[in-house]
Amino acid sequence: MSEKKIRVLIAKPGLDGHDRGAKFVAQTLRDAGMEVIYTGLRQTPSSIVAAAIQEDVDVVGLSILSGAHNTLLPRVVELLEENGAGDILVFGGGVIPEADIPFLKEHGVKEIFTPGTPSDIYVKFIRENVQQHNDQVG
Amino acid sequence: MTKLDNLLLPDSSLNMRFLARLITKIENNSQFAEELLSEIYQENNEALILGITGPPGAGKSTLIDNIVGKFREQGKKIAVVAIDPSSPFSGGAILGDRIRMSSHFMDPNVFIRSMGSRGYLGGVAPATVNVMNFLTAVGFDVVIIETVGAGQSDIDIMYLVDSVLLVLVPGLGDDIQALKAGIMEIADIFVVNKADKPGKEKLMAEINMLLMLKQEQVDWIPPVLEVVATEGEGIDTLIAEIKRHKEYLTEHSFDVKINKVERRIRRMIEEKIDERIHGSFKDNDRLNLWIEKAIDGKINPYSLIKDFDKKLTVLWEG
Amino acid sequence: MSLQDELEKWRQGAYKKSIEKFPERKPVFKTSFNTPIEPLYCPEEDSYNYIEKLGFPSEYPYTRGVQPTMYRSRLWTMRQYAGFGTAEESNKRYKYLLEQGQTGLSVAFDLPTQIGFDSDHPLSDGEVGKVGVAIDSLRDMEILFDGIPLGKVSTSMTINATASILFAMYIVVAEKQGYKANELDGTIQNDILKEYIARGTYRFPPKPSMRLITDIFAYASKEVPKWNTISISGYHIREAGSNAVQEVAFTLADGIAYVEAALKAGLDIDTFAPRLSFFFNAHNNLLEEVAKYRAARRLWAWIMKERFNASTKSQILRFHTQTAGSTLTAQQPDNNIVRVAIQTLAAVLGGTQSLHTNSRDEAMALPTEESVRIALRTQQIVAYESGVADTVDPLAGSYFIEELTNTIEQKAKEYIQRIDDLGGMVEAIEKGFAQREIQNNAYRYQKEIESGEFVVVGVNKFQVKENSPQNLLKVDPSIQITQIEKINRIKAERDNDSVKLMLAEVRRAATSGENLMPRIIAAVKVYATLGEIVDEMKVVFGEHKETVIL
Repeated sequence: MSEKKIRVLIAKPGLDGHDRGAKFVAQTLRDAGMEVIYTGLRQTPSSIVAAAIQEDVDVVGLSILSGAHNTLLPRVVELLEENGAGDILVFGGGVIPEADIPFLKEHGVKEIFTPGTPSDIYVKFIRENVQQHNDQVG
Repeated sequence: MTKLDNLLLPDSSLNMRFLARLITKIENNSQFAEELLSEIYQENNEALILGITGPPGAGKSTLIDNIVGKFREQGKKIAVVAIDPSSPFSGGAILGDRIRMSSHFMDPNVFIRSMGSRGYLGGVAPATVNVMNFLTAVGFDVVIIETVGAGQSDIDIMYLVDSVLLVLVPGLGDDIQALKAGIMEIADIFVVNKADKPGKEKLMAEINMLLMLKQEQVDWIPPVLEVVATEGEGIDTLIAEIKRHKEYLTEHSFDVKINKVERRIRRMIEEKIDERIHGSFKDNDRLNLWIEKAIDGKINPYSLIKDFDKKLTVLWEG
Repeated sequence: MSLQDELEKWRQGAYKKSIEKFPERKPVFKTSFNTPIEPLYCPEEDSYNYIEKLGFPSEYPYTRGVQPTMYRSRLWTMRQYAGFGTAEESNKRYKYLLEQGQTGLSVAFDLPTQIGFDSDHPLSDGEVGKVGVAIDSLRDMEILFDGIPLGKVSTSMTINATASILFAMYIVVAEKQGYKANELDGTIQNDILKEYIARGTYRFPPKPSMRLITDIFAYASKEVPKWNTISISGYHIREAGSNAVQEVAFTLADGIAYVEAALKAGLDIDTFAPRLSFFFNAHNNLLEEVAKYRAARRLWAWIMKERFNASTKSQILRFHTQTAGSTLTAQQPDNNIVRVAIQTLAAVLGGTQSLHTNSRDEAMALPTEESVRIALRTQQIVAYESGVADTVDPLAGSYFIEELTNTIEQKAKEYIQRIDDLGGMVEAIEKGFAQREIQNNAYRYQKEIESGEFVVVGVNKFQVKENSPQNLLKVDPSIQITQIEKINRIKAERDNDSVKLMLAEVRRAATSGENLMPRIIAAVKVYATLGEIVDEMKVVFGEHKETVIL
């Protein structure tokens, strides 16, 4: 029997082309034993959600450095809910001011990891949250 | 078929979420998979199962993007399973094939799933076969399996599909030698991608020479096609050849397809044996104790094997 | 001739000529203990192979600098990148900066403008006005430069995929102000190759993109001769995670690709090459960075001379520098002021022609007015108070600096050879070579930070518990709505028949292969939008799909 792996979708919504961080996160998650689906640049919220659903991921990680986070991140959460996938966790990273974090959390983004966050922090976050969710579902 | 009640949404489109969740279960729970598939599995002669493999950088995903587009024009429902190698160290994987198919993300009749090879050592992961069988059973017209074609397991999957497309690019001359072991023999269609690059003629000559040496399939002579996937050139011909091969299989089903079905069934049996034996011996304390002793030099590993062999004989015959 | 004789020869020659045209800022430069500071220092005896490896400033191989007196005559241009939200707000910020003593303008555009989408396009949602100013048509450009005499300032525009269109708009606005194109001084970044490698704001595939670039070269060399038509960039390559050697190697390799493309298009090398300029990063390791700039100058001069047989003017590598954004931390943001000061020193000691200094709050948001002012003051303090601008190439002769310079040059040469073997930079990019090298380095660097091997103050050492920063700049989200309204108004007010005609002309020229600039200028004049013009080109050129390397 195959061991259930945690599956994560890492996406770059909008037009921002800076993918160094997203790629690093993808690599560290792979090193932590997770399966990471990387969607590449210029994804709309709709295409991100379609991919997340087909890949049946546990978590979606969104990287955005262009300032469009207040529009795009909540939109992804909204679309996941609309499509019956509201239990998929969403977290974000990039250039996101701390002052915007409460707004994002209110709109369903579980956590924001600001620049400089060590990888063991977000790895732990994903593991714990996915475990919690699995325990709840049973 | 209670389990599949939710497969379609009220508007008759595919329920992607439900489908995806089932696949996850199939991937992780072989017992569930077997139960489900024993209910719904049927040798679906209509469905086209394509295997696409080749070295990294050959442009397989871009090619698939084109193929999906063409089949969609014909109103077909398509599923793509893209398999990437899992890290042998961490067990994790970065699955990046779907990026090149982003134009189809929003199409309700295209389902794309990325899978890690999950370090399966001896051939194809049973999960992959089960997922493939599942997708065929639930009504996709075309199921495409994509692998990197570097390892033995990637080649093994190709024994289980209907048509094998081998994608090569000019400038990789040395790689043909590496690929020779196995994959060249089972490829049904050769695709020379990036055919606008220098070295194309040389590559085509090498392929044709190797084909001349092939003794096995006298009825089906694998065509060698030129495409430029990024420009969409040569795709119509490719689709036509895929169709032609499918017709060939249908006509010769008795000879060729049976071969494939037999292979599939045998593979499933091997997997089951493997799973049971591995399973029962993995955390076996007595076995672990023996192994420790062998490591310490207290017992000879060969005598351990001999002993073991005796026990297995009893098991199988008894 | 001894080295001292050579030095004297230079003093009587290039140096003397230069001060006649560009007198030094002071009659005498002095130490604090009242002894004179010479314009240049050389070793007593030549143990460096001085003439061959170092040379004199403004003479081959230009290791020590591109002008004889460098900052003794004229300080580097202090050019702060700016632009956000609407053209009106950006206009205000430019006027503020000019008043505060900035000497050149630098325009930042938002992502939709950079990539060729109008503000009403679905992909523009949430992006309008965020990382720079939104320009949808000539109207926005007119507002952007309202009250700023384009014939009297030097403007740098950070624009690549859509450079042809923004350049056209600038020329038309200047014309409306009464300035002829041949009076205009400025730069467009226009470096598409690094977009594929490191920055991501490409639109068309490499070949048609190179064609647009050579069209601009050809057009400007005749009509806008003072304009720097390309800023071959290493900044973003470094930001993407490369090391100093890769920054030099890939930038110069891009340069080689552009030169080859221009030659292939039939241009004369000594006509366009003097207008090529470069753009480098100023990272934390001061000594390494100084060596890097010197190595880049020497290597480019050698490439232009030996490989392309170009004349003196074409051999000179002039560059703009920006301090490294990726070194800024969100933790203890005031520390960033110190980092930027060190990076400024590096750029100045390395001989940059112009400099942008980052603001302390840029790890979190676009900078506030106060932060931007501090960044500008940093440059001014280094210029006027630190003394590093009082003699040319002061660190020359340091054993470490000369060794580093030699090593960086050598290793960069090796990379360029590998790229040549792959068939040139365009091929190397398509094969993912540069991207992979950068990614591997980025991964290694990040891992070193995580393990603590590499210390980042405030992040993995010397942390404090802090409150979140206050008073960050917020971009008004209603800008998107305002821009969309503007577009609708323009489309209603303009002569749509002319627009249709001009757009068709753009498509025709794109297909025929003739120079696109005149057609773009004509379309821009009748208020065709950026997106409309790009769409015509897209029909002919196609769109580029990301080369993914994981």
